[in-house]
Amino acid sequence: MSNVIQPAQLTRKDFATDQDVRWCPGCGDYSILANVQRVMPELGIPLDDIVWISGIGCSSRFPYYMNTYGFHTIHGRAPAIALGVKAANPKLSVWLATGDGDALSIGGNHLLHCLRRNLDVKVLLFNNRIYGLTKGQYSPTSEVGKITKSTPLGSTDQPVDPASFALGAHGSFVARSIDTEAQHLTMVLRRAAAHRGTAFTEIYQNCNVFNDGAFESFRSKEHQKERQLLVEHGKPLLFGEQNDKGLRLNPRTLGLEVVTLGAPDASGNVVTEQDVLVHDETNPALAYLLARMPFPEFPVALGVLFAEQRPTYDASLWEQNERAKAAQPADLGALLRSGNTWQV
Amino acid sequence: MTTEAAVPSSPLESSPAEGLVDSAPRRKLRGAVVRFAGDSGDGMQVTGSQFTSSTALAGNDLATFPDFPAEIRAPAGTTYGVSGFQINFASEDVFTPGDAADVLVTMNPAALKTNLKDLKRGGLLIANSGAFSTANLKKAGYATNPLEDGSLDGYELLTIDITKNTQAAVKESGLSNKESNRCKNFWTLGLMFWIYGRDMAPTIDWIEKKFAKQPEVARANVLALKAGHAYGETAEISHYRYEVPKAPVEPGLYRNIGGNIATAWGLVAASQLAKLPLVLGAYPITPASDVLHELSRHKQFGISTIQAEDEIAAVCAAIGASYAGNIGVTATSGPGMALKGEALGLAVSTELPLVIINIQRGGPSTGLPTKTEQADLLQAMYGRNGEAPVAVLAAQSPGDCFYMAIEAVRLATKYMAPVILLTDGYLANGTEPWKIPDVADLPRLDVQFRTDPEGFHPFLRDPETLARAWAIPGTPGLRHRIGGLEKDYDSGHISYDPANHERMCKVRAEKIERMARDIPEQTIEEGVDSGKLLVVGWGSTYGAIREAVRRCRARGLDVSHAHVRYLNPLPRNLGDVLGRFERVLVPELNLGQLSLLLRSRYLVPAESYPKIQGQPFRIAEIEDKIRQLLES
Ligand SMILES: Cc1ncc(C[n+]2csc(CCOP(=O)(O)OP(=O)(O)O)c2C)c(N)n1
Ligand code: SF4
Ligand SMILES: [Mg+2]
Repeated sequence: MSNVIQPAQLTRKDFATDQDVRWCPGCGDYSILANVQRVMPELGIPLDDIVWISGIGCSSRFPYYMNTYGFHTIHGRAPAIALGVKAANPKLSVWLATGDGDALSIGGNHLLHCLRRNLDVKVLLFNNRIYGLTKGQYSPTSEVGKITKSTPLGSTDQPVDPASFALGAHGSFVARSIDTEAQHLTMVLRRAAAHRGTAFTEIYQNCNVFNDGAFESFRSKEHQKERQLLVEHGKPLLFGEQNDKGLRLNPRTLGLEVVTLGAPDASGNVVTEQDVLVHDETNPALAYLLARMPFPEFPVALGVLFAEQRPTYDASLWEQNERAKAAQPADLGALLRSGNTWQV
Repeated sequence: MTTEAAVPSSPLESSPAEGLVDSAPRRKLRGAVVRFAGDSGDGMQVTGSQFTSSTALAGNDLATFPDFPAEIRAPAGTTYGVSGFQINFASEDVFTPGDAADVLVTMNPAALKTNLKDLKRGGLLIANSGAFSTANLKKAGYATNPLEDGSLDGYELLTIDITKNTQAAVKESGLSNKESNRCKNFWTLGLMFWIYGRDMAPTIDWIEKKFAKQPEVARANVLALKAGHAYGETAEISHYRYEVPKAPVEPGLYRNIGGNIATAWGLVAASQLAKLPLVLGAYPITPASDVLHELSRHKQFGISTIQAEDEIAAVCAAIGASYAGNIGVTATSGPGMALKGEALGLAVSTELPLVIINIQRGGPSTGLPTKTEQADLLQAMYGRNGEAPVAVLAAQSPGDCFYMAIEAVRLATKYMAPVILLTDGYLANGTEPWKIPDVADLPRLDVQFRTDPEGFHPFLRDPETLARAWAIPGTPGLRHRIGGLEKDYDSGHISYDPANHERMCKVRAEKIERMARDIPEQTIEEGVDSGKLLVVGWGSTYGAIREAVRRCRARGLDVSHAHVRYLNPLPRNLGDVLGRFERVLVPELNLGQLSLLLRSRYLVPAESYPKIQGQPFRIAEIEDKIRQLLES
């Protein structure tokens, strides 16, 4: 593969197709597309070696708008299709676009197994907490009490948090970002692109038609600082208007608590930066605590929550096959004649 | 029963008057059907397969069929824990494992209880009296001991305390009683080798290899085998010594092969012939798992096997592999096939090559997992949403699975279409001697990827085959998007245009129809190409129908046999063939699915002869049906 020659010259435009983009005006999918098209040229991967694979949903239209190879498959099955693509050709750079229903409802099983296998693909989960394409039913990430056409009295089932699902499935890279926060999203996408293994990125995406403002409570300018915790490896977990709030581990409850720098805590001790946890993205326990923080008592953690290097499914599969090839010649005649035979 | 008369004759039916016995102490037979039956722990499958190897080496034609219990480890001594193995071997062509057995070997009362109905009246019954304890009799539901109460008077009964004889024989090996007991099957095999005059050496070799790490076990089994053989010599049973002369078969190198192994090897061969790696996506299911197991052993051929999380993922992985330029294959059975439906539609719509193997079992739902059936034909033909035609092939014997697997890959890659290959539990687990083909004689598969960007769009078609271009990711300049939405005929872009949709549905159907130019014409297997009655079958009923038709013709009945291996598209001359017969009879292991297809397609009054009991047809059943139609 000619990874060496093409980088840098590519621009955003090279990644756009001639297809009319068919999302509703104002949909968060547009900004995700724009940010992806901004990041991809930087990666130095030839257009011909990139494959976008999706399931079904508004978000799964994504491949039609990327001037790469693309496969718009069936509802929930993109990770399973990708499994075969990577088994056949692990050199391809494979990206999945999926929705909260696609990935966590009908396709939950495939996502689970993709993550635990650590297939070398990037998964972008467009979480709008609603079924967009089917016109607004609640989804497995909708909050309890969600009123939709299918739940006029409010939904009653507990939602799943995509990031903690991914961590629970032994995902090797788990990140979160927001559709419209270009700088943060592109940073996360770059990290995802550089990861070898399943790079799972949940992107909060506004569906302005069926679930408008779903993330306003922490996305809006006025709440942003107080309610977003932008995690960075090696940096203290601080947030707030003055960047003076932090997360501390309570060793007795094994839970997190919000503390204010310079202010006394419940037992009267003044909190210093030493007390605040430093983000370690290789620590799955911390990642889990960050992913599951109740809102609005805690901020929403954004950024790379967890990242570890471990063998990928496709590389291991190939290694095994290569070893088998080295150990034995591919002799069809010998196979057919193996075991008990007799001459007539 | 007169219909049994033409079965390769049973020992007791052959008499000097028939000219089948020579002056030597061994009586010559045309053939025999032998069944071994015992508890699952008694090693009957090993006994059966070793007896089969020796039979093949002796030059007989043969067919075998194992009958496993549904339970993995049923309690010892129960009727549902009985495991059986039947072999039919002869000095002439053998097409099925045989109807009723000439010889039944039963290792315990439960085996007798469940298998006696399949022993011919007057047949030889060998019973291990050592296992006929009060407790075992009770477990099998016998109030009195059938070996002693006269209820077996209609059979030639040979009772031997195999348990005790085995223990005595292996004593010197120092094994415990329990371990010694496990050598019973080799003692029994030794006796059967003596009866049919077989060479013990290959089995001794096999034992020594198999138990190389447990030399004392190897030694005990060899002792048991030899003791069983010696028992024949010394006990006064020399009237049971038989010889089945070699069958006149085409010269060549032969092996014994079962359907699942043949299917797996056919896929290996196809991958080699097409010079393309193969990816199998599969989820374990009876009776298909052995295809996954076998292919997993042959990675040196560039084969990847993926044990997926479910059958949907398995077929999707295969589709993904095809999309990326490998041969995508998935193998399953009924319940798994049901799950794959939607993804199959995707492969139809995106026109990707895909091979789907359905090793049918009894349904609906979980049905009869270990039993055979042919009830997924209409599912294969139509079991998807929308107009979603696929090619459907059916293998007719264990060895034929090899060739049909190659054929499935050939058609899938040449026409860029899914191909379903139907086999079934009977073919999967049954075995037959198979002439090993010369690799140079196998069909060439010429597969080409599109590389030329000039004028390219993904749904450009070959004017001859109507196949679209196979353009794989990674190819410079051929970037494109495909999916399950309808595509414009001329550009490949998404299209909701009404007339375009009709055109695309028709072209996808026409593409499958055009395969008819590329597959063999329908032939007559047995008989002539016109007359009173044509028996039409498909799949694993081949042997039973062929033998039944052959016997009826020997009686002078005007009947012929055609066997359909290509079910979609049907062979181009099939309508003509059917039209040359007054009547058409279609025996199938379902409630009449092929007959429905033939009636609607050719407007012929095909008569269905259904059987749906989880069991293959007996030759006699089809023979009786033919006679009923022609003699009434
Ligand atoms: C097998 C199947 N069931 C149902 C559907 C209908 N369907 C299409 S998209 C969708 C849900 C989409 O929600 P989500 O994945 O969250 O994507 P979004 O549209 O919100 O981006 C459903 C139920 C389908 N296409 N296929
Ligand atoms: S329905 Fe919602 S998610 Fe779908 S395109 Fe419109 S705004 Fe976007
Ligand atoms: Mg959604």
